[in-house]
Amino acid sequence: MSMTRPRSGDRVRWWTYALLALAAFACLFPLYWMFIVATTDTATATTLPPEIVPGGNFFHLAGLVFSTVPFVRSVVNSLVVAGTIGVGQAVLCALAGFAFAKLRFRGRDALFLLVVLTMTVPTQLAIVPQYMITSLLGWVDTLQALIVPGLANAFGIFWMRQHISSTISDEILQAARIDGASTWQIFWRVAFPLVRPAAFVLGLLGFVTAWNDFLWPFVVLKSPEMYTVQIAIKALQNSFNIDLGLAMSGSFLATLPLLVLFVFVGRRMVAGIMDGAFKG
Amino acid sequence: MTTSITPTKAGLPPAPPVEAARRGFIEIIAPYAYIAPFFLLFAVFGLIPLLFTFYVALFDWNPIGEHVFVGLDNFDRLLGDVRFWNAARNTVSIWLLSTVPQLLVALVLAHLLNHARLRLAVFFRMTMLVPYITSVAATAIVFVQMFDRDYGLLNWLLGLVGFEHIDFTQSVTGSHVLIAVMVTWRWFGYTTLLYLASLQAVSREIYEAAAVDGAGNVRQFLHISLPALRPVIVFTIVTSTIGGLQIFTEALLVNRGAANTCGPIRQCQTLTLFLFEQGFIQFKFGYAAAIGVALFVMVVGFAGLNYFLSTRIRPVKG
Repeated sequence: MSMTRPRSGDRVRWWTYALLALAAFACLFPLYWMFIVATTDTATATTLPPEIVPGGNFFHLAGLVFSTVPFVRSVVNSLVVAGTIGVGQAVLCALAGFAFAKLRFRGRDALFLLVVLTMTVPTQLAIVPQYMITSLLGWVDTLQALIVPGLANAFGIFWMRQHISSTISDEILQAARIDGASTWQIFWRVAFPLVRPAAFVLGLLGFVTAWNDFLWPFVVLKSPEMYTVQIAIKALQNSFNIDLGLAMSGSFLATLPLLVLFVFVGRRMVAGIMDGAFKG
Repeated sequence: MTTSITPTKAGLPPAPPVEAARRGFIEIIAPYAYIAPFFLLFAVFGLIPLLFTFYVALFDWNPIGEHVFVGLDNFDRLLGDVRFWNAARNTVSIWLLSTVPQLLVALVLAHLLNHARLRLAVFFRMTMLVPYITSVAATAIVFVQMFDRDYGLLNWLLGLVGFEHIDFTQSVTGSHVLIAVMVTWRWFGYTTLLYLASLQAVSREIYEAAAVDGAGNVRQFLHISLPALRPVIVFTIVTSTIGGLQIFTEALLVNRGAANTCGPIRQCQTLTLFLFEQGFIQFKFGYAAAIGVALFVMVVGFAGLNYFLSTRIRPVKG
């Protein structure tokens, strides 16, 4: 693998490592710092020189997080929202990507162009009418207001179409067709299993995006028991408690599940992002 | 029609006519059914709201009261509103401060990572994605603390080497820099991976041939890597324009004392935050929609301009 990569001729200079190590440090340090402040009490978070090793106050602060906002509930809410969106995107985008990659139908190319064009539409600025529609549906302060709009997206369709056209040969699908399989069966039994790794990464990206989403949940959710973790963090920052450690503990607790997930699937996410990127 | 779509297997008896017709219909609409969910969702939660924004902007629209048609009054007021111009200036400033360094850093890092004999390559790539999986809210809270005037780590370090403490959250420039740092931190690794993917698609032989011809590292970068990256650079410039002009969460979390204006003198209130303030704190839906229209014009304008520039300007051949 590494032998086929470009620029194999020259040696790696020390400053290449120095710069990359600096970048890695910049990426990891804020999270380490979050943990430090999350484990020290207010006095330490506001003393100089700052502490640089974790303190022993984590459980105290975590307890305070749980008593200030319904944190467990917000984690469950976030899991429900992000999980449903992740699975929804993996399946619905694969389905649409399959249609665009492998099925012949009238208007296909024009419709695909339309999908790509929607990626450039800045829909966030339409948040006022989005709220009106949500209100009309009776979805204000509900989780489906967060879930339904995120179930499919243009980027995912584009991505799955790329993967399906490059990894699945027409012959396999035709063989299934000759065996009498319906289009749905061909998708579900033949095509989807073959692109499951790509769909998995797409679902992960959807999960992470939904888990971290802020503006829309902030506008739509009203009652503390409907909060997602991000809104719970904001509520912690808002609480009259001036304790920095409290908001930091909340942030740390909200980030921890994704960090743990990342340890297991980070490699596949990196590979997936690079696979889906522009080539050449 | 039916037979061409679902040919019957040799051993199986053909489906009864009614059944076959039903199945044929399903097969014809299948592709449309598969792409329908996206179009439906985009219509209901994307396109219709966007079009409706232009309509609501023509009204004095109270969410629980009257809707009075006021024509272009909202736009008239908007153009004379210093808060709007302030937010527009802040938005462009923060966007430039976050996009330009981010793309340059990503270019350099992608070039460094694209080395066949690099050790720890997987580690470096993975750490660069860590900021991307960290939520904007958590990021904002940590960075605001690190950049705190009195007790922040950064100001402590500045103090050690004899500099004055900088009040990042309360000053205009300081708050813009702070938000730009958060945005850059979040996205530079992701952008690096996109650039790296494009670089890896360039064949090794081209670099080797260049090396044989005596082209050094820098010339290889300028004449081989950079042209190969053109499409992805255009893509990242356009997407970071669309995203960068709609920054909200970072700005909301910078000053918790005056969150909706990003501070007492609106020093870092972005257009999206101004829209939020007018729509969901003041409940002026019509005025907020007008801000939305202005933001739309800006995003389309800048994205179009950047697309035009980045596809037209070509490096000098040499």
